[in-house]
Amino acid sequence: MKNRSTFWLTSAVAAMATSPLAAQEAMGIDEKVNQAFASLTGPFVSLIFAPFPGTSFPWIVMWLVVAATIFTLYFGFVQFRFFKHAIQLVKGDYSDPNDAGEVSHFQALATALSGTVGLGNIAGVAVAVGIGGPGATFWMILAGLLGMASKFTECTLGVKYRNEYEDGTVSGGPMYYISKGFSELGLPGGKILAVVFSIFCILGALGGGNMFQANQAHAQISGIVGDYPGWITGIVFAAVVFAVIVGGIKSIANVTEKVVPFMGILYVGAALIILLVNYDQIGWAFGQIFAGAFTGLGVAGGFVGALIQGFKRAAFSNEAGVGSAAIAHSAVKTKEPITEGFVSLLEPLIDTVVICTMTALVIVISQQLIIDEATGNYMLNEAGTAIATIDGNSGVSLTSAAFASGISWFPYVLAIAVVLFAFSTMISWSYYGLKAWTYLFGEGKTSELAFKVIFCVFIVIGAAASLGPVIDFSDAAIFAMAVVNIFCLYFLMKLVKKELASYAARLESGEIKKYSH
Amino acid sequence: MTAKIVIGLDGTDTGERALAFAKDLAARMDACELIAIYVIEWSPFTFQTAEENAQRHKRREEEIALAKSRIVDPAIAALTDAGFKATGLVRHGDVAETLNRLTVENGASQIIVGRGSSDGFAKRVFGSSTQSLVMHADVPVTVVG
Repeated sequence: MKNRSTFWLTSAVAAMATSPLAAQEAMGIDEKVNQAFASLTGPFVSLIFAPFPGTSFPWIVMWLVVAATIFTLYFGFVQFRFFKHAIQLVKGDYSDPNDAGEVSHFQALATALSGTVGLGNIAGVAVAVGIGGPGATFWMILAGLLGMASKFTECTLGVKYRNEYEDGTVSGGPMYYISKGFSELGLPGGKILAVVFSIFCILGALGGGNMFQANQAHAQISGIVGDYPGWITGIVFAAVVFAVIVGGIKSIANVTEKVVPFMGILYVGAALIILLVNYDQIGWAFGQIFAGAFTGLGVAGGFVGALIQGFKRAAFSNEAGVGSAAIAHSAVKTKEPITEGFVSLLEPLIDTVVICTMTALVIVISQQLIIDEATGNYMLNEAGTAIATIDGNSGVSLTSAAFASGISWFPYVLAIAVVLFAFSTMISWSYYGLKAWTYLFGEGKTSELAFKVIFCVFIVIGAAASLGPVIDFSDAAIFAMAVVNIFCLYFLMKLVKKELASYAARLESGEIKKYSH
Repeated sequence: MTAKIVIGLDGTDTGERALAFAKDLAARMDACELIAIYVIEWSPFTFQTAEENAQRHKRREEEIALAKSRIVDPAIAALTDAGFKATGLVRHGDVAETLNRLTVENGASQIIVGRGSSDGFAKRVFGSSTQSLVMHADVPVTVVG
């Protein structure tokens, strides 16, 4: 894969040098990249999304939802019982002032969120609603609420079994809790499963954490400045990411980390304004969401189609059960690993239940999706695969058109937001991927550089390929992480339950005290 | 009974003047213990990258060691050489809040701080740490110009 990728990169650079042939040849490169990519990743994608025999329901979607439901029941609806406590932890009410200067609960949450809030919330939701109809939103919210329990489980383990090195740095994540947790329970195979997870994590970092981001960032930019070959965006993005992760130019990452939260607030603010202006339609939009959830309102695959899309995009957006957040959350300073579990359960809530729902409502209210007046159902496009939209938009351009119908200049802001979100997600995932890579190949300059270069090459491929194959591979890679992670969580969840019982008892007795009120 | 006085160091000239004033004050008292504190401005509500988080503990130790060797230890040495009983602390946090909390925790009866530099746009808008300390402290505060 690496050799092929390098070949495409070299070809892209060569094509840029021969500018007279530019347009024609460049489009040719995009097409070639696309074809090669689709045929390479096809079998992997088919395996992950294989339906249950005799149905069209992918087993992987069931796998995630069943796990989230089991964790919710096993921990007695922890996401609701400890919701208030989670907020108090983030506010720092239980933080020892003498630990000031260490990573706070808020910082760990914000870092994890910057890896998840992004294109999944903007483009992913548009894909879900565009294919599954408004009803997909209902299933997305449900998956978000259930996913809070998955996140709680994995992040508690992430902190409990992290590696703390002598020089004071930390490394954590599923690969560490799988190997350490399994050996603590006397179970065989922990090491092998950790290795398999790490391989999938690297693929996930290259897919959802990289190619999908590059692809949609290009779609957004070309939507504004006009169509041009994707590999150009790819090269620019790759150069900037390279400067940060290889060149160590921290200032770019620092600026992004500080601007991204404001972009998030701006995005939610704009969505709220559009909803407020159209407040009389909010009731109708929720009506569509509920009706669509159980009838499908004419979408491909009916209500099952809506459900699959909702669950899929929720998992892709909040990554609950995937294991990535456990890597991000493991750096927090706390004597009680479970406190980070509580904090992390806010992540799917903010990401999916709040932000994704906002996007979905704006898309529905803006009436970008074409309704057949006669039946009240949604009309399908010519291929019959998705709902027909006013300008034939899909993905991020559908969200952009929806926002533009309320605030005409918003696509420009959205374009900046998308680029920044894409960039910050790439930086986060380059770290997740690197952690998996170093788990496999050991820490060392050459080994780390090799991964970082591969990561940058995939940015170019992602920007050049078309949405279909990229989104399929991204989903498949991220869900493959969830296959291993959730399988292991079933064995490890009793360790979390022990922590939960002990913590809840000490919280009740007042042994765990508040530092501020 | 020994009176305890907290000196807020900031590594600048005004911090030095606060130190000199504290020495002068302590010399007039029968029994006095001086606590020199340097607070590294830090907020738990900032945004950091995953890599920064992973290295945070290490960085914190480095910051504390640097503040101790450059600012607090020389101050304590100067005070001890002058015949005073002195201890030092380095902490992270909001400067005003942390100075006040440590003063109360250590049973000190007053705080002496430098005026602080008052230029910069942010300080004009939000006020300096010294202003905030004067307004919210639980013990008397002396500001040395």
